[in-house]
Amino acid sequence: MSEKILIVGAGQAGMQIAASLRDDGFAGDVTIVGEEAYDPYQRPPLSKAFLAGDMDEESLEFRNDHFYRENNITVVTGEQIQHVEFGPAGGVATGTSGATFAFDKLALTTGAAPRTLKVDGADLDGVLYLRHLDDAKNLKQRWDSVANVVVLGGGFIGLEVAAVAQKAGKNVTVVQSGPRLMARAVSSITSDFFVQAHRARGTTIHLNAQVSHLVGENGKVTAVALADGTSIPADIVMVGIGVTARGELADQLALDMEDGVIVVNEFAETSNPNVVAAGDAVLMPHPLGHEGRVRLESVQNAVDQAKVAAKTLLGQREAYSAVPWFWSDQADLKLQIAGLSSGYDQTVIRGDQSADKFSVLYYRDGALLAVDAVNDVSDYMAVRRALTARANIPAESAADSSVPLKTLITGGEAQQ
Amino acid sequence: MPHVTYISPDGTETTLDARDGDSVMETAVKNGVKGIVAECGGACSCATCHVYVEDAFVDAVGGPNDLEDDMLDGAESERLPVSRLSCQIKMNAQLDGLRVRIAPKQ
Ligand SMILES: Cc1cc2nc3c(=O)[nH]c(=O)nc-3n(C[C@H](O)[C@H](O)[C@H](O)COP(=O)(O)OP(=O)(O)OC[C@H]3O[C@@H](n4cnc5c(N)ncnc54)[C@H](O)[C@@H]3O)c2cc1C
Ligand code: FES
Repeated sequence: MSEKILIVGAGQAGMQIAASLRDDGFAGDVTIVGEEAYDPYQRPPLSKAFLAGDMDEESLEFRNDHFYRENNITVVTGEQIQHVEFGPAGGVATGTSGATFAFDKLALTTGAAPRTLKVDGADLDGVLYLRHLDDAKNLKQRWDSVANVVVLGGGFIGLEVAAVAQKAGKNVTVVQSGPRLMARAVSSITSDFFVQAHRARGTTIHLNAQVSHLVGENGKVTAVALADGTSIPADIVMVGIGVTARGELADQLALDMEDGVIVVNEFAETSNPNVVAAGDAVLMPHPLGHEGRVRLESVQNAVDQAKVAAKTLLGQREAYSAVPWFWSDQADLKLQIAGLSSGYDQTVIRGDQSADKFSVLYYRDGALLAVDAVNDVSDYMAVRRALTARANIPAESAADSSVPLKTLITGGEAQQ
Repeated sequence: MPHVTYISPDGTETTLDARDGDSVMETAVKNGVKGIVAECGGACSCATCHVYVEDAFVDAVGGPNDLEDDMLDGAESERLPVSRLSCQIKMNAQLDGLRVRIAPKQ
């Protein structure tokens, strides 16, 4: 009998595991089960081109039916897996419809769910989240008729929605509880730039602002009340205050977890050797070998970790060592990040912030860690390449913006 | 629907119907043409959708914008005058019959 691999979660990582299993020559059964009504699709455009109307639903799909047929990949949509267990005869997953899926090996790619707002009025109509295509469709349906958009949370998704709304001529207010925007991912240099940039384009930004409650009329949200007494008119409230990993199924299998997040090793393997996990739902060793474990919410991570997971499923072990990278499009600003800056002790700023084109390089003990690049693709690419080659770009020489970074890369394994 | 032909580094040719307005990258990826990786899904952020446009179509396709130009400088395979990121080329009737060679390394 041929081996059966079941993938739970039909998103970025799930689709990639299936595709990679076939690329790597797996001939057994591959089934992806997803709770959403759609074949796997890209999420990044939901807060960008799709919302702006520059991209349609069909363009969001990763692959077409022809691909799944040709590669003999079964995609089951609209089925949430509620229970999973290993018995003497192998594993069985059971969906909401009662359907069961037998498997020999399991991949958990369940992603994450938006953290919900916990204040009075949070259940009013018009209080929205953005994770799924259905969320985006709901948002779009209301889009033309709303004038006042309030975004709660100054993270990537919130700021992207704010930028699209601003461009569409709406009154936009961003409320951030902490002192900085995108605080988890970038330094204050980049945060401060984005505060100025969004304000300059007409968006109101409140920092260190706490939401007291939401005000409604006839069940519909009309305003956001802040703790300091400010009231902000709102036709919709977009909540983007982070996500929590979806680890329910891992919990049923008694896998190692930390705060609800699935713990994996560098091979994307959970504490059960027949179960791998990848994407937003996992905590993993730092991919570049630094101390500590990280959880990354990015396309790059979902894709690269899925490739590692596919190999592990096939018994070809290949440790995860890809350089993390990320992008975010906000108005005419393209932010690109390569590497992970946490733990930095030195920064170098290149370029010209007033011209909306600059980069921030991060170092620890003189070693390059990461870059935030705004409309500066050359610096972004140079750092990505240096990190991939495990090379350095000495801070002293990088400080001269007139010298292209790619000419300053020193050391490393794949120097050109 | 306009046709586009992909020539893999090993010489294999794949011809596909493109939906009007879809990019050369999207058309390939959705159908599983190997060699166009397109990690960022068309956001001009990864340079893993690098192709060489065949001479006859260079004018019709046109050149890259500044952002794409910088990305191409960082592409894995050699950059040639006919290099483009295929996510930035949108198919239309004028490009019917387009032929692109997929860069060997992405
Ligand atoms: C609006 C938005 C914008 C983004 N922009 C960017 C960006 O610009 N750049 C970037 O790098 N990243 C971006 N991201 C992040 C990126 O999309 C995620 O990191 C990536 O999708 C993670 O992939 P995943 O497979 O782990 O999870 P997902 O893609 O979320 O897939 C998980 C899937 O599993 C399903 N599922 C969960 N539990 C079950 C169950 N029990 N049974 C069946 N199905 C289940 C979920 O419904 C979902 O479809 C963005 C995300 C969002 C939401
Ligand atoms: S798909 Fe990423 S740059 Fe073209």
